[in-house]
Amino acid sequence: MPIQVLMPALSPTMEKGNLAKWLKKEGEPIKSGDVIAEIETDKATMEVEATDEGTLGKILIPEGTADVAVNTPIATILADGESAADLAKAPAPEMKAAQSAPPAAAAAMPASPAPTGVAAPQSVAEPDPEVPPGTEMVTMTIREALRDAMAEEMRRDPDVFIMGEEVAEYQGAYKVTQGLLQEFGARRVMDTPITEHGFAGAGVGAAMAGLKPIVEFMTFNFAMQAMDQVINSAAKTLYMSGGQMGCSIVFRGPNGAAARVAAQHSQDYSSWYSNVPGLKVIAPFSAADAKGLLKAAIRDPNPVIFLENEVLYGHSGEVPKLDDYVIPIGKARIARSGKDVTIISWSNGMTYALKAADELAKEGIEAEVIDLRTLRPMDTETIVASVKKTGRAVTVEEGWQQSGVGAEIAARIMEHAFDYLDAPVARVSGKDVPMPYAANLEKLALPSAAEVVQAAKAVCYR
Amino acid sequence: MAAPAAPKKSAAKDVNADKGSGPPPEFTREQELTALRDMLLIRRFEEKAGQLYGMGAIGGFCHLYIGQEAVVVGMQMALKQGDQVITGYRDHGHMLATGMDAKGVMAELTGRRGGYSKGKGGSMHMFSIEKQFYGGHGIVGAQVSLGTGLALANRYRGNDSVAIAYFGDGAANQGQVYESFNMAELWKLPVVYVIENNRYAMGTAVTRASAQTDFSKRGISFNIPGEQVDGMDVRAVKVAGEKAVAWCREGKGPYILEMQTYRYRGHSMSDPAKYRTREEVEKIRTDQDPIEQVRNRLLAAKVSEQDLKAIDADVRKIVNEAADFAQADPEPDVSELYTDVYR
Repeated sequence: MPIQVLMPALSPTMEKGNLAKWLKKEGEPIKSGDVIAEIETDKATMEVEATDEGTLGKILIPEGTADVAVNTPIATILADGESAADLAKAPAPEMKAAQSAPPAAAAAMPASPAPTGVAAPQSVAEPDPEVPPGTEMVTMTIREALRDAMAEEMRRDPDVFIMGEEVAEYQGAYKVTQGLLQEFGARRVMDTPITEHGFAGAGVGAAMAGLKPIVEFMTFNFAMQAMDQVINSAAKTLYMSGGQMGCSIVFRGPNGAAARVAAQHSQDYSSWYSNVPGLKVIAPFSAADAKGLLKAAIRDPNPVIFLENEVLYGHSGEVPKLDDYVIPIGKARIARSGKDVTIISWSNGMTYALKAADELAKEGIEAEVIDLRTLRPMDTETIVASVKKTGRAVTVEEGWQQSGVGAEIAARIMEHAFDYLDAPVARVSGKDVPMPYAANLEKLALPSAAEVVQAAKAVCYR
Repeated sequence: MAAPAAPKKSAAKDVNADKGSGPPPEFTREQELTALRDMLLIRRFEEKAGQLYGMGAIGGFCHLYIGQEAVVVGMQMALKQGDQVITGYRDHGHMLATGMDAKGVMAELTGRRGGYSKGKGGSMHMFSIEKQFYGGHGIVGAQVSLGTGLALANRYRGNDSVAIAYFGDGAANQGQVYESFNMAELWKLPVVYVIENNRYAMGTAVTRASAQTDFSKRGISFNIPGEQVDGMDVRAVKVAGEKAVAWCREGKGPYILEMQTYRYRGHSMSDPAKYRTREEVEKIRTDQDPIEQVRNRLLAAKVSEQDLKAIDADVRKIVNEAADFAQADPEPDVSELYTDVYR
């Protein structure tokens, strides 16, 4: 039976990619190890090598097709003795419809295994007060939104520069700094050695001297090596100097659970940093917020921790096409209005929260979903106003529950809206274990939309 | 950063090139008098701080610089306007040497509103942008990365300023010191690493904590040149400092100076003094005291005892006024508790 070649994944978080080029033609002999095609995502390109021998029987996905889902059959290889007539035996008849489809339609391929759209229905989202009505919107990935934010601020202010591991020639370990070296040169886009403690300290020193560094941590897991410089040097110096010497610096990079990388590379540091006075802590979910808040972070005269999320980098969203789109730090966003229960989350926790709100709506429960966006300073006002309306609250975070951000939110609701509560605040969080590697255990360790639904129903006594 | 295409020849062979190359050049009388006055100011200031600590006017930690005065005073004589200074927690001497006001420093020690940090920083945390003094850092070794960052800012701006990062023989064993050495040489940053080897990290003798006790060699694997300097002789410090600073200003990268010095007092005010003998301390005080060396040379050069006493009296006046101010100045207003967290 003919062998199927499947669309490979470049990384555990890749859901789809573009089939850039076929390097073999139908009918050409294939040896194991031959490069047969090139695929690409917004992050990287990769060559597809054949692992089987035979003849390239049929190309199922033509070159130039965008958004091909991982594991979609892209070609068949005929073994010795097989002919084109055997192709019918290959179990991919549905793919034929996609063959001649234009690239735009390919996104709707039935084989797509991963849920992509997580955005709430636009009709229920509150309008963004920072965006004038009628503003043109551009769809871009969060990765691109972050890059654009840095590029715009670097054009605007010659004191802004970026340093970190692989930010320059490699174009960013997660391709967030793609193209910055080419535009701004090696003076302002600096590759560092693998030296988190040292380069974080050097960044803080440069900031004390008046520059505005953006320090990229390849992930925040590695920032633990630099924790002393972040907390003791960056966060405290303004206070210890009686206001004389501050530190305008952004520490940014992916935070939280990645996919299948186990405990040391999968941890949410939201509560760690949000514990510290002197730091501002931002954790955006949408592409627009990623851009507007990163620009605000770079301009802020204080040290800012900017928590991105690897899983979200490739997600697309609409970003207002404005010359200078800056979102104020410290303001939550009502992502979805509702009257029955308030669900509060941020960053990738919003994925579960919004999905749960959709589910709850089907059962007649209208959830109001708040995207905190900034964890410190926390927008208590927006949370409290919502809880006064709904009388019920659920917090959702990927981090651990003990001393977590959800615990802080629950305390603030108790302090400011105790008499309005119709049920105790419920917390949905990562489980109280280091992140396991096995796929099934990893899934269990993270929060889920189902858990959010369950918690929301519980506080609604349903 | 795009380092200039500097030749990658090993600079390490310069290490210790000048060791034992004879006595340092003589100071002019003017220089001797300046050095004497500046070192005396530190000595008297620290003696007074010790006294105020004993009276309970100063709290917490208080690390005195007595014995090490020639290091900062000699280094400061080698610097020019715009050069930056950063150090660890034994920092009063560095602040006075950069020209910071004794009243503001002493009032910070007593936690008063007229202190350099409005009383919020204390002994280990003072700063002066005006005097290019970047602290005052309480975490051992942190100032080495920070000082490297000051030098990075100089490179970024393309100016010819040099950052001086002071740290002790104890801090020299911290990991981030070597992370900083690597980046500084890689990017040819203008930073002089001044290792003040006062022989004890708290109560642990250098030989009990360091596999390599010649600290000038600590940069060898990064090709950073280094020298051992008689840190008790202000003239030797100045000439070594000038050489190191010139190296940096020429764009050749960092330089290491190991200042061989000695701390007369305990690590902090609560030192048990069990790790060394009284005789050891006395011998160095008698034979090598940095201030006595200058005083003796001045007397030999026929400066009158009376003139030297006048300098001492002048310094004592400054210190006494600082102590009076630091005790009379009110504590910070309670409203200051919540200020300066953000700007």
